[in-house]
Amino acid sequence: MSLDGATLAAILAMALITYATRTAGLALAGRLALAGRAKAAFEAIPPAVLTAVIAPTALATGWPETLAAAITALAATRLPLLATIALGVAAVVGLRAVMA
Amino acid sequence: MTRHPHLWSDIRDGIRDVAAPGIAAIPIGLLFGAVAAGKGLSAAEVTLMSALVFAGGAQFAAIEIWSTPVPVAALAFSTLLINLRHVLMSASLARKVAFGRGARLLGFAVMADENWALAERRALRAPVSFAYWGGMGLVFWLNWVFWSALGAVIGAAMGPPERFGADFAFTALFIGLIATFVTGRGTLLVIAASGITAALVHRFIGAPWHVAAGAIAGIAAAYLAAPREDAP
Repeated sequence: MSLDGATLAAILAMALITYATRTAGLALAGRLALAGRAKAAFEAIPPAVLTAVIAPTALATGWPETLAAAITALAATRLPLLATIALGVAAVVGLRAVMA
Repeated sequence: MTRHPHLWSDIRDGIRDVAAPGIAAIPIGLLFGAVAAGKGLSAAEVTLMSALVFAGGAQFAAIEIWSTPVPVAALAFSTLLINLRHVLMSASLARKVAFGRGARLLGFAVMADENWALAERRALRAPVSFAYWGGMGLVFWLNWVFWSALGAVIGAAMGPPERFGADFAFTALFIGLIATFVTGRGTLLVIAASGITAALVHRFIGAPWHVAAGAIAGIAAAYLAAPREDAP
């Protein structure tokens, strides 16, 4: 069991920020009236952030990863989350074996 | 002293409702622990992160940009961007819970996408009591901490996650999560703007700037694509 100083600092920073986002809405409740473009921008935050995180792996690592990402995206429109993940992982393992 | 006639049935309802997402979180927790251990985090560090942060998306993103020396500021910024949605979620749920300020400050510490959605659904027919929310949240939190800790322990013994394609599983998880936010062509534009920008920035500038750059590009695309509201 070991704890690194910088790792601990990162974990505590992540924890404090996350707690702040979870409780910020308590103060905002009833006061938040987003409309029009501001509302569209706020609603775009989750997909924009999630996409940005995985884009290098999905688009710029190699053909197996890009093809597997496309297969996963297709599966996501039809299958539950767990089945989507399982299919995506199986696809990347198979494609890496074939294209290596 | 306030009496709670539905205390036990509310706790039972919460645990029953969160059972399915809890089962779904088992392989995701195991995977998180394994991938984090693969990046060099100890089992203690993985357990501490899961217990204190308790936000799967932000934790996977953190592990993706984790490097040596630890980029504390980038990790904090990435966490803020990914968890900003919590502000809207808690603002919405705060109007539907039947418990006070102190209990909210405690109870909302375990708000995640899954138990938030369950509480929003329950709020359609019954007030969300602290017994319901707290029982559900505690079970979901313990579940995540336990399985990610176990993943860190057995993940180190399993060897490199690439062998099982486990390194791709969180990309697949994110694609699955992104799909739940797709409501029309507008969302696809957001995804395209964010993905292309992030891939280019990652290639020519480097991690972790692709997260902020892609996110801002996607948000800007949504802002520009939305109809301009007429002045009242």
